[in-house]
Amino acid sequence: MKLELRTITKRFGSVTANDRIDLVVEPGEIHALLGENGAGKSTLMNILYGLHRPDEGQILIDDAPVSFGGPGDAKAAGIGMVHQHFMLVPVFTVTENVMLGHEPTKGLAFLDRRRARRRVTEISHRFGLEVPPDAVVADLSVGVRQRVEILKALSHDARLLVLDEPTAVLSPQETEQLINVIRTLRDAGTSIVFISHKLREVCRIADRITVIRRGAVVGTADPSASEGELASMMVGRPVRLTVDKVPAEPGEVVLDVRGLSLVGDDGVVLVDDLTFSVRGGEIFAIAGVQGNGQTEVTEALVGLVKPTTGSISVAGRDLGPLSTGEILDLGVGYVPEDRLRDGLVGDFSVAENLVLDLYDKPPFARSGALDLARIEADATARVREFDIRPPETTRAAGTLSGGNQQKIVLARELSRPLKLLIIAQPTRGLDVGSMEFVHRRIVAERDRGTAVVLVSTELDEVLGLADRMVVMYRGRIAGEVPAGAPAERIGLLMAGSAPDDQAAVPPGDVASAGVR
Amino acid sequence: MSGRTGPGRRVLDALVRADSVVMTSLSLLCALAVGAVLIVLADQPTRTAMGYFLSSPGDTFTLGWHAVWSGYAALFEGAVFNPGNSGMAVFEPLSNTLLNATPLILGGLAVGTAFRAGLFNIGVQGQLIMGAICAGYVGFAFRLPPVVGLLAALLAGVAGGAVWGGIAGWLRARTGAHEVISTIMMNYLALYLLSYLLGVPGFQAPGSNQAISREVSDTARLPQILGPDLRLHAGLVIAILAAVACWWLLSRSTLGFSLRTIGANPSAARTAGMNVERGYVTVMLISGGLAGLVGCSQVLGTNHALTGDIDAGLGFQAITVALLGRASAGGAVLAGLLFGAFGAGDVVMVANTGVPADVVSVIEAVVVLFIAAPALIRSIFRLPESRGGAAGVGQFAKGWNG
Ligand SMILES: Nc1ncnc2c1ncn2[C@@H]1O[C@H](COP(=O)(O)OP(=O)(O)OP(=O)(O)O)[C@@H](O)[C@H]1O
Ligand SMILES: [Mg+2]
Repeated sequence: MKLELRTITKRFGSVTANDRIDLVVEPGEIHALLGENGAGKSTLMNILYGLHRPDEGQILIDDAPVSFGGPGDAKAAGIGMVHQHFMLVPVFTVTENVMLGHEPTKGLAFLDRRRARRRVTEISHRFGLEVPPDAVVADLSVGVRQRVEILKALSHDARLLVLDEPTAVLSPQETEQLINVIRTLRDAGTSIVFISHKLREVCRIADRITVIRRGAVVGTADPSASEGELASMMVGRPVRLTVDKVPAEPGEVVLDVRGLSLVGDDGVVLVDDLTFSVRGGEIFAIAGVQGNGQTEVTEALVGLVKPTTGSISVAGRDLGPLSTGEILDLGVGYVPEDRLRDGLVGDFSVAENLVLDLYDKPPFARSGALDLARIEADATARVREFDIRPPETTRAAGTLSGGNQQKIVLARELSRPLKLLIIAQPTRGLDVGSMEFVHRRIVAERDRGTAVVLVSTELDEVLGLADRMVVMYRGRIAGEVPAGAPAERIGLLMAGSAPDDQAAVPPGDVASAGVR
Repeated sequence: MSGRTGPGRRVLDALVRADSVVMTSLSLLCALAVGAVLIVLADQPTRTAMGYFLSSPGDTFTLGWHAVWSGYAALFEGAVFNPGNSGMAVFEPLSNTLLNATPLILGGLAVGTAFRAGLFNIGVQGQLIMGAICAGYVGFAFRLPPVVGLLAALLAGVAGGAVWGGIAGWLRARTGAHEVISTIMMNYLALYLLSYLLGVPGFQAPGSNQAISREVSDTARLPQILGPDLRLHAGLVIAILAAVACWWLLSRSTLGFSLRTIGANPSAARTAGMNVERGYVTVMLISGGLAGLVGCSQVLGTNHALTGDIDAGLGFQAITVALLGRASAGGAVLAGLLFGAFGAGDVVMVANTGVPADVVSVIEAVVVLFIAAPALIRSIFRLPESRGGAAGVGQFAKGWNG
């Protein structure tokens, strides 16, 4: 399918999200869209998918103008889309979600569950995207949910597939698989629009690259361009793609975890006898494929789930009897991995979200009353410091672009005195410029003496930031890896196959780590 | 993209994006239109004229228009201003409107406040009954000096409602029992308790074999505020004060901030260290207390004695008011006034014209139907979703599920 967008313009109040954008996607082409957070990529794709109506401009499919009243029309025209944020029904099973909208029926109106299930299993095998067909989506980790989203879009046999940051939550292996799937589809004639902030993968798979900045196309690039060139084209200034930091100067032990185990409601062991400690002034990274227990560990560290066995202490205080609020008050900062579900209230303003866990403390509150002026002033400062765009503190956080939402959570958690910072997937969905900034802030926080626990599925991020790191696999620490270990070995550990050589030092041998 | 965006559509488009005031007005307009159709259909002369519609269509329209016009005019006269009245009676329609509005505003605040914390309190009926029982009992059982008597009765009423609501909140927090179910059950409990008490000597009016309680002593009554001829009482002042308090609570206080967070996204609230369970109990105490004030207004101000139908449908009208007022304090006041006016006008309309009383109920129901289903309004006018994705509708639906 050939797609042509002509002078698409879209305004949201004072913000021009798309400013006369022209874009042509040839049949059988992988066309990458690059751009900063808030550049207008998702908006453009939502317009294509019939979710927004453009203020100006035209959409042509195979050279014929079309007009979509809603996603139904777009789907009927052969367009499939994987949204940046999940569009799944949490209480439905994977099968139900994938089949939603084109359910196979028996007789007049009875769902043919068996056939639906078979179809889901079949496409999941065909594309190598493993999903549990009968699991309820609410119980799945983000990585698995992302796979379900992709399957859902693929199941429609789309002739044009839009993938809005599909790899943001995938492991390297999963990304590899997805890239293969995309290539297969392309070779079969499907056109693909691919949005990602990960320049390396963009360079690898794109046939053409269009760069958008502040709503307008600033140019096209060749996939052979270097990452640095692409980055500066996107951001409009040179960007450092590596993390600058001096060696850590670890202080006292701040976080001490002993024998931590978590068993799920269904009896499944999620975290299995974890022991580690983190000192002030060091970044301790937990790498691993999504869904191997890292999420549960971070939740236990802030008291959102109580350990089945084992103990956690922060600066000598046992967390056992403390509530989440009390733990945060000890000086613990927490950036949850799922910002939309746990980190933000979409309907609240940016300013309100910036005080979500500080609203009842001075200087934001006095004897039970909010100090709105103070909250507003603080928000203005944070928005400027973290370059949150658009810089409007009264805008509902849910209307910001994904990367800017992430900046709100980071701005909130990094702006108070901390002893311990727990940070999960800190740069998920961030553009390279913001990523550079966030990495610098995390290192600065470390240099201030804060103990940092970093959970990330991004190998580059882990390698760049960590002073010490472990890989988690199936709820256990598969091994502690010295800083500077080659990425391939860590990748193998993440996949669950511990190599025989020295990549994985037997945990007990590493000083300061007491892994069993 | 062309063809669909005529100038008319564009205006409507902008209107819908503009704000909920417009949506509400559109819904009201739709409801009045539906009401007009019903009036026409119920009007005997118009129906006769329809019988010979083809030979003289003008008759149908003239008569139909007349029926609608006189019906709505009577509604207005009963609710706002009647040019036929003179002296203090000029204010009678307004006094009736405000008298009706008082419990509706309080009830709307009760439902709306809980709604903001993500709870759907349909137990205002039971809570107001418990409030009325407690307020009434203190009002007639003790002879207290003026002011003290009233304050004690009010306090008892608030406490009665708050406990009744708080139990539902506690059940939700502790066991996860859905508040919709538990409050419905507790409505029945309150109703049966009331009808039992109305037969108990010492509670029942002495020498009466009817299901009516003793009269509240005059030191515990809410004073009439527009003189002895008009029935409007100080309950209205309480309602307005309560609205101001609710507004402050929800938009200016730290407690309100956490309640709103819990309502909008409980997992983010939990992650931010808020105690979601405690929030549920707190908001149900507040909501129940406000419902208790409804009971106070009825038994200390409007009726002065408890009867079996002290609720008189207020508990459920409160839900309608809260929905129409979009769960905001100001909205509850406006919606309460509107429904109060409907209630006052209704009586006059039925008395002076042949319009059946049900028309007003239908209008009220239709307004809410449209409000509760903005998606419906959008599809009637073929408007797009105002925000990207299904966020708007989803958000609303979430509120219902708590
Ligand atoms: N529904 C909406 N209402 C108001 N403003 C919006 C809405 N959707 C997007 N915007 C604004 O439009 C701009 C473009 O947002 P968009 O989501 O398209 O960015 P993006 O390029 O996808 O960024 P990211 O990489 O962070 O996902 C942003 O400034 C955003 O705040
Ligand atoms: Mg986006």
